[in-house]
Amino acid sequence: MKLSLRLARGTLLILAGVSLTAEWVAPHHYAEQFREAINEPPSWRFPLGTDGLGRDRLSRLIYGARVSLLLAPLAAGLATSLAGLIGIASSLSGPWLERLLLVSTDLWMTLPWVFLLLTARALLPLDTEPFASVTITFLLLGLLGWPATARIVAARAQQISQATYLLQARACGERRHQLWFRHVWPNLRPVLLAQFWVLVPAFILAEANLSFLGLGVSEPLPSWGSLLRDLENPGALWTQPWIAAPAVVVVIVIACLHGVLPETGGRQ
Amino acid sequence: MRKHLRLLALMLACLCRLQAAGVLKCCLRAEPQTLDPLMVSDEAAELIRYLTSGVLIRINRYTQQPEAELAESWAVSSDGRELRFRLRAGLRFSDGSSFGPEDVECTIRRLTDPQLHSPVADGFRVGGQPPVVKILSGREVAIRFAQPLAGFERLFDQLSVVACEDPQGQRAVLGPYFIAERKPGQYIQLSRNPRYWKRDARGRALPYLDGIRLEIQPNRQLEVLKLVRGEIHLIQKLDPDFYPQLENKPGVRVYDAGPGFDAELMWFNQAPQAPIAEHKKNWFRNLAFRRAVSDAISRADLCRIAFGGRATPAAGPVSPANLLWYNRQLRPYPYDPVGAGQRLREAGFQYRGGQLYDATGRPVEFSLITNAGNRSRERAAALIQRDLQKIGMRVQLVTLEFRSLIERITRSLAYEACLLGLTNVDLDPNSQMNLWLSSGANHQWNPKQPKPATAWEAEIDRLMLRQASTLDRALRKAAFDRVQMIVHEQLPFIYLVYRHGLSAYRPVVRNLKPAGLFPELLWNAAELDLEPQSTR
Repeated sequence: MKLSLRLARGTLLILAGVSLTAEWVAPHHYAEQFREAINEPPSWRFPLGTDGLGRDRLSRLIYGARVSLLLAPLAAGLATSLAGLIGIASSLSGPWLERLLLVSTDLWMTLPWVFLLLTARALLPLDTEPFASVTITFLLLGLLGWPATARIVAARAQQISQATYLLQARACGERRHQLWFRHVWPNLRPVLLAQFWVLVPAFILAEANLSFLGLGVSEPLPSWGSLLRDLENPGALWTQPWIAAPAVVVVIVIACLHGVLPETGGRQ
Repeated sequence: MRKHLRLLALMLACLCRLQAAGVLKCCLRAEPQTLDPLMVSDEAAELIRYLTSGVLIRINRYTQQPEAELAESWAVSSDGRELRFRLRAGLRFSDGSSFGPEDVECTIRRLTDPQLHSPVADGFRVGGQPPVVKILSGREVAIRFAQPLAGFERLFDQLSVVACEDPQGQRAVLGPYFIAERKPGQYIQLSRNPRYWKRDARGRALPYLDGIRLEIQPNRQLEVLKLVRGEIHLIQKLDPDFYPQLENKPGVRVYDAGPGFDAELMWFNQAPQAPIAEHKKNWFRNLAFRRAVSDAISRADLCRIAFGGRATPAAGPVSPANLLWYNRQLRPYPYDPVGAGQRLREAGFQYRGGQLYDATGRPVEFSLITNAGNRSRERAAALIQRDLQKIGMRVQLVTLEFRSLIERITRSLAYEACLLGLTNVDLDPNSQMNLWLSSGANHQWNPKQPKPATAWEAEIDRLMLRQASTLDRALRKAAFDRVQMIVHEQLPFIYLVYRHGLSAYRPVVRNLKPAGLFPELLWNAAELDLEPQSTR
C-alpha cells in the first residue's frame, strides 16, 4: 500500500475518531462561553484560541466535524447519484426521453431556488432542533445540487455510447449488462467521483451561506461551514492566522478523501 | 465679444462641474419593503423616504429643532387643535407639476384612509379621529385635530407630501432626489431633482450631488471592504466589530457619537391571534416570566462582548442621549440569575434536572428570531441563549433574512420571541404613537388591539393620548415619564443596550455633520458634496 494512501486513511480515521469521541477528546464543550477570554490567541488552555464569544475554537472544530464530515459527503453523494441516474438515463434512452430529461435539467437549473429555500424555512417550525435543521439543509442541497453534474454525466455517457470500443464489444456479442459493467461504468466513474469532490466543499460552504436564510446550523451547534464564516473578514487573518484552521482542515479532509477512494482514471 | 462669452460659458461650466460633484455611494442593508412614502415601516424605506420626499416641517437632525420646509411658516390656534400652514410659493414636484394645498389635503386623506393601514397614520389620529383639512387659499391650508396636538412639528417630519396625481410618490416628489432606477436586490439609483426648491447660502441650487447610489448589501463585511476600497463613501450605523479595524485605515475616518437613540431589545409575542402554542402565550403574558428573563441577561456582557464596549446598558425606551425625554429615575435591571430562578419558582415554574418546567409540566423552551447578517446582534442572541440556559430555559436561535423576519413580526405573527433594534427617527414621544398605542400596528408584542388587553396598556394609551393633546411641556414630560416607568416595570419590551452611534466615511465627502438621529450621515444629503478628484 502506498504511503500516501496509508497517510490519508490514517488521517481520516483519526479525524473520524476524534469527532465521534468529541465529548472526551475536546478540551471544552462547544457551547461553553469563557466570557473573560474573548478572541484569545492560542494557549495551553485554548489550543486554537477563542472566538468572539469566548468559546474554544478547537472544541468547536472537533464537534463541527460531526456535522460536516457526515452530512456534506452524504448530500454530495445524493446529488451525484441523482445526477448519475438522470445523466445515464438520458444518454442511454431514446431521443425523446433524452430530450425530455435534458430540458427538465435545464429548467431545474433556471428555477429561483432561493425562494424554494425561503419557503422551506417558512414551512419549518422555528423551534426545529439544530441538528434536524442542518440535516434538512443538507438534504435540500443534495436534492437541488444535481443538475449541473447531470449535464456533465449525460455528455460523457453520450461520448461513451458512441465510442468505437463499445461498438467493438457489442460486435463481439457482449450483452447489455456486460457492456454496462465492463465499459460504460468504469468510464463514467471518474466523472462522477470528480463531481463528488467538487460538491463536498461546495456543500460545506453552502450550508454556512444558507444560515442567512435561517437554514443551516443554528447557534450554538458548530459546523465547519459556520466556523469558516470567521474568514469573511480577510483583515483578521493577518492578526489572527489561527482562525484559518477550519479551512486548513477542510482542505486536508478533501485531499485525504481523494486519496482513499478508488482510482479515478477511466479506461479506453 | 463672442470669444469672451464663450470663455465665460466655459468657466461657468467648469464651476458647475465642480459643484455637481458626482454620485455618492453607500449601502442599504436590506431591500426596502415599500417605496410608498406613506407606508414606510423599515429603515431602508425610511432612508429613501427621507431622501426623496418633501415634508411641511423638517426636524434638523443636528440641532434637533424644527425647521420650515415646504411650509414657509406655521401657526397653532389658541385651542391647540388647529395648525395653519403657509406654503412656499412656486414649488414644483420633480415631474414639473405644481405643488399646492390640494396636495396636502390629498396626502392627509390618503394617510388616514382606514384601508391603507399606514404605520404613520396612528400619530395623526389624535383622539381616535383623523384630522380635517381645510384649504384656506392658494397657499394656505389648515389641519384641524379632534384634540390639541403637542409636538406636532415632529409628527409632520414623518409625513411625506404626495401629489394628488401620484399618491404613491413614484414619479412626483418634492425632496432633493428622485428614484431614477431600481434593480431589486442590487441597487436603487437616486438622481438629483432639478426642481428641488432649496438653495445654499450663496443662492446656488441644491443638491450638489448628481445622485446617490444605494447598493443593497446585507453583508456588513462586504460593506466595510467596499468603503476601504473606495467603492462606497460612507457607512451609517457601523457595526462595532469594524470600528477598531477602520480606526487606523488610511483614507477612512470613524466617528463614535456615544450612546445613540437606538436600542437593542427583545420581546415575546403575546398576540392572541398569533399561531403559537397557547401555553407559551401564557408564559409570555406572565410578568414574572418576563422579569426573570430580563434579570437573567447580563447587559454588561452584551455591551462588552457583543458590541465591543461600544454600547451602554439600557433601562427603558428612551436613551440618555435624549435629554428632553429621558426618565432619569430608570436604572437597568442588574444581572441576577439567582433572583430570576427564585422569581420563576414563586410564579409556579419548577426545576427538574436543571431544566425549567411550567406548572403543567411542560419544559420551558422557545425560539428567538433575529435578522441574519448583523454579527453584533447574532452574538448578543448567543449570549442571551446561554444566559437563559443558566435559568433552565431552552432557547432555539433562528436567524432569518430581514424580509422574512419583518413578515413574521408584522403580518403572520408566526414567532415566539424576537431580538431586534428599534430606530428612533425622532425625539418626541408623539413619533412613537404607533409603538405604544395598543391599537398601533407597531405595538409589536400585541399589535392592533381592538381594545387594550391589559390595564397597564390602557394606562399607556391614556398617557400617550394625554401627552399628545396638551401643550404643557411639564405635563407631557410627566405623562411620558410614567409611560417609560410602566414599560420598565411591565417589560413588554426587554430593553438590553443602547448602541453607540458609530459611523465611518471617506474624507472626500464634504459637508458631513454626523448627527445622533437617523439618517446620521445623510440627514443633510442635499448639501453633501464630493471632492472634485473623487467624482466618478
